[in-house]
Amino acid sequence: MPHDSRLDTFPKLLLDRTQQHPHKIAMREKDLGIWQACTWRQMYEEVRALACGLAAMGLARGDKVAIIGDNRPQLYWAMVAAQCLGAVPVPLYQDAVAEEMQFVLEHAETRFAVVEEQEQVDKLLAVQARCPKLEAIIYDDPRGLRHYRSPCLQALAAVQEQGRRFDAEHPHYFDEHIAQGHGADLAVILYTSGTTGRPKGVMLSFDNIIVTSRNAVSREGLRDDEEILAYLPMAWVGDHIFSYGQFYCAGFTVNCPESSATILQDLHEIGPTYFFAPPRIWENILTTVMIRMEDAAWLKRKMFHFCMGVAQRVGARKLAGQSVGLRDTLLYALGHGLVYGPLKDNLGLGRIRLAYTAGEAIGPEIFTFYRSLGINVKQLYGMTEASVFVCVQPDGEVRPDTVGTPMPEVEVNISPEGEVLFRSPGVFLGYYKNPQATVETLEDGWVHSGDAGYIDAHGHLKIIDRARDVSRVADANRSLFAPRYLENKLKFSPFIKEAVVHGQERPFVGAFINIDLEAVGNWAERRGLAYTSYTDLAARPEVYDLVQGEIARVNASLADDPQMAGAQIRRFLILHKELDPDDGELTRTRKVRRRFVAEKYTDLVEALYGPDDRVPVEAQVVFEDGRHGTLKADLLIRDVSHETPVAVAKG
Amino acid sequence: MLQAQHISLAFGAVQALSDVSVDIYAGEILAIIGPNGAGKTSLLNVINGMYHPQRGRIVFQGVERGKHLRPYQVARQGIARTFQNVALFKGMSTLDNLMTGRVLHMHTGLFSQALYWGRARRDEERQRAYVETIVDFLEIEAIRKTPVGRLPYGLQKRVELGRALAAEPVLLLLDEPMAGMNVEEKADMCRFIFDIRDEFGITCVLIEHDMGVVMDISDRLVVLDYGRKIADGPPDVVRTDQAVINAYLGVAQADA
Repeated sequence: MPHDSRLDTFPKLLLDRTQQHPHKIAMREKDLGIWQACTWRQMYEEVRALACGLAAMGLARGDKVAIIGDNRPQLYWAMVAAQCLGAVPVPLYQDAVAEEMQFVLEHAETRFAVVEEQEQVDKLLAVQARCPKLEAIIYDDPRGLRHYRSPCLQALAAVQEQGRRFDAEHPHYFDEHIAQGHGADLAVILYTSGTTGRPKGVMLSFDNIIVTSRNAVSREGLRDDEEILAYLPMAWVGDHIFSYGQFYCAGFTVNCPESSATILQDLHEIGPTYFFAPPRIWENILTTVMIRMEDAAWLKRKMFHFCMGVAQRVGARKLAGQSVGLRDTLLYALGHGLVYGPLKDNLGLGRIRLAYTAGEAIGPEIFTFYRSLGINVKQLYGMTEASVFVCVQPDGEVRPDTVGTPMPEVEVNISPEGEVLFRSPGVFLGYYKNPQATVETLEDGWVHSGDAGYIDAHGHLKIIDRARDVSRVADANRSLFAPRYLENKLKFSPFIKEAVVHGQERPFVGAFINIDLEAVGNWAERRGLAYTSYTDLAARPEVYDLVQGEIARVNASLADDPQMAGAQIRRFLILHKELDPDDGELTRTRKVRRRFVAEKYTDLVEALYGPDDRVPVEAQVVFEDGRHGTLKADLLIRDVSHETPVAVAKG
Repeated sequence: MLQAQHISLAFGAVQALSDVSVDIYAGEILAIIGPNGAGKTSLLNVINGMYHPQRGRIVFQGVERGKHLRPYQVARQGIARTFQNVALFKGMSTLDNLMTGRVLHMHTGLFSQALYWGRARRDEERQRAYVETIVDFLEIEAIRKTPVGRLPYGLQKRVELGRALAAEPVLLLLDEPMAGMNVEEKADMCRFIFDIRDEFGITCVLIEHDMGVVMDISDRLVVLDYGRKIADGPPDVVRTDQAVINAYLGVAQADA
C-alpha cells in the first residue's frame, strides 16, 4: 500500500487518522485501577485544545518545548501539540537530577516545559534562575502543588481551557499551522545520554522518523491492531519510534502503565503484541521466573525443567519454520499446554507477534530461552542518529550473536579500521548547536557509528565493541582487548550485574565486578548465609568463590578464540558499592562509563596490578536526597586461573 | 473542632493523664510529643473513645460526647486512627484492608452482600472506586493485590494510613506514623500528611518521636510529661520552653 506523501508530519497524520478511524482506540492509560481508553477523535480534541492553549501563551514556530515525565498520554499529546505549531519537543529523562536537566534546558533554549507532576516541577523551579529562556512550566497532575505561587506555573487543564477559548476566536489557526509544516522540518531533538562528556542533541526531521517508521512497519508487517506498552523513557529514541513514530504510521494502540512500579502487572493485563525491551528487562523477567521456579513444588519444578529441555531442543527451530518431527511436535504441544502457554500468559508475553531486544548484547541463554518458548524476539541494531533502525534479524534467520541484515533503504559498510558505517533516510540532521561533533560523525550522509564490527558469511552484521575502546593487551601476543565484549560475557552470568574490565596496555586483563543483589542474595539465603547489605554480601569469600567460578567459565570460552585468548581475566575484585547513575558511574540508560570509573577508582585499578591481595577503599557517595557520605571498606582481590589458549597450544 | 477539657485518666493507682486540656483546631497538624510513658497514646485513646476518662469532657464539633460512646460510634462521627504497632489484617490484600475502612459507609446488609447482587453490588463498586482514589493518593498501585503480611514495614504503615483515610474522617489520629522508617520513607510520609491536610482537608493529630520531623511538619505542639501538659504552642516557642528542655534533657532533682 503506497503511503500518502502529503502525510509528512505527525500533526497531519493525526488529522488523517482521526478522519479515517475516529472511534478506534488510540491510547489507554490505567487510572484509578481501570484502563481508560481514548479514541483518535478524543485525542484529537485534547491535542487541539492543548496546541491552541500553547499558541495563546505565545508558543511560536521554532520554539523548543521540554517534555518531562513518565509515559503519560498527556505528554505524548504535548509533543504533537507543539509540532502542530511548528515548535520542537525536547523530551528529557525524567529521572535525571536538576543539574543534568539544567544543561539540556539551557542548551536547547526551551521556552516551555510540559511536565508530569510535582517532582519535576520542583526540579525545574530549582534551576529556573539559571535557565533564563524558560518562561512557563505546565504540569499535568496538580497534586501537592496547591501552595506553589510561582507565576510561571500553569495547569495543563487550564492551558487547554484557554486553548478552547482561543480556538473559538481563531477557528482556522490550528489547521493553518498544521498545513505549514513539512517533512523536512525539524521534528524533535533527542539528547543522547552519552557515555562520555555532555549529552548531544540529535536533531531528527519528520521525514527521518516517518520514513524509517514506515519502512520498519512494512518489513515487519505491523498492523493497526497491535497493542504496545509505552514504558521506556520518552527521552529515549526507542520509545520515540515505537510509541510515537510507528504509533502514528501504523495506527496501533499505545498503553501507558499505571506507574513505574506496576509495569510487570500492566504487561500482564495488556498482553502486548509488539514489545521492546532492553536485555536487562529480559534478564530480570527470566531471573524472576527462575527464582519462582526454585521455590515451586517438586512436581512443578520437574515438569518445568523437562518441558524447558524440550523447548530448548525444539522451540527455536519451530519458530524458524523448520520441521521438527512428530515426536518433538507432540512433546512441544504438551509442553505448551503445561508450561509455555501458562508461563507466557503469566508474564504477559502470550500474545507477542514481534519483540525486539537492543542497546546491549543479550546473553545467548536468555535469548534462546524466550525464543524456545515461541516468543519471536529478535535483535535490533539501532542508534539515535539513525532514527533507531539500522539492522534487524529477519524472521527465520535469527542467531544469538548477530544483529541481522540492514533494513529497507539502509546501507551498511565497514570502514578499513573496522568501524560500522551506515546511510539511510533516517540519518539525523545534525547535533543541535554542535557542528564539530556533527562533522566528526556525519560524512557525505554516512554515519560513523563508533561501533567495531564486521559482516559475517551470511551477510549479517556482528558488533564487537565500541571502536575507540578496542585496544591491545601488553602481553606477549599483543592480544585484542575488547572491553565491552568481555563485560557482556561476564554479565551473561545471572550473578554478575555489572562488570568493568581493564587491560589496555596492561600485562593482563583485570575486572571490577558488581554482583546482582537479588540473584546472589537468593543464592546466599539458600545456603543460610546471612548478610546485612550489598557491601557486606559483596565482601564474602563464598561470593568471591561463586564469582570466580563464573569468571573461569568466561575464560574457558575466551580460550577457544585465538584473537581473544590473551584477554582472559586474571584478577578481579568485587566493588563495595553498586555502580549508580546518580554517582555518574553509569549513564541514565545504565551503560558503564568505563573511563569515569577507571579515573574514580584509580587506586583500585593500580591494586589489581599490584602485589597485594587486599586494598582499602573510601568512597564518596551521593544519597538520593542529595547529601554526601563516605563508605569505608577493605576489598579483597582474587586471582583466577586461566586456561591455556587451545588454538595457540595447537600452533 | 475538638476540645478535650480537664481530662484525667487512671488505671488503678497509675495516673496516666491528669487534668490535661487540649484544643484541636480544624485544618491544623498537631503533634503530641513527650518522653516514654508521658500519656501520649492514652490521650489519643481518650479522643477516639477507646478509654473513658474518669474526669473531664470531650466536645467534638460543638457537641459534648456521651459518657459511654463506643469507639465505633466515635469513628462514625468522623475520627479515624492508625496504631503504633501496625494493626492490619495480615492475610488480606491491600485492597481488602482498605475496603474494611469503608465498612462505615456501606449501606447494605450481610445477606445482600453475600448474594452480591443489585444494590449490594453497586454499593461495593462505589466503595471500591473511593478506595482507588486512596490507592492513587498513596501511590500503592503496585501492591493492590499483595497480602499485607508480605509487605515491608514502611508500606504496611502506608496501607494502615490508607485504611484510616478510607473511612473519610474529619479528624485523623496517627500514633507514631514514622516509627521504624528510613529517611526516605519518613520524607514520603511527611509529604502524605501534608497532602492529607491540603487535598482532603482532614485535621491531623500525630504522635512522633523524631524531633526533626515534628518541628518541620506540625503547626502546633503539645508536650506531655508524666500525664501532664507542660507546653502547648508553635514549634519555635515550644523548642525554647524551659519545662520542655527539662523534661527531655532531665534536670537535677532538688531533693536528690
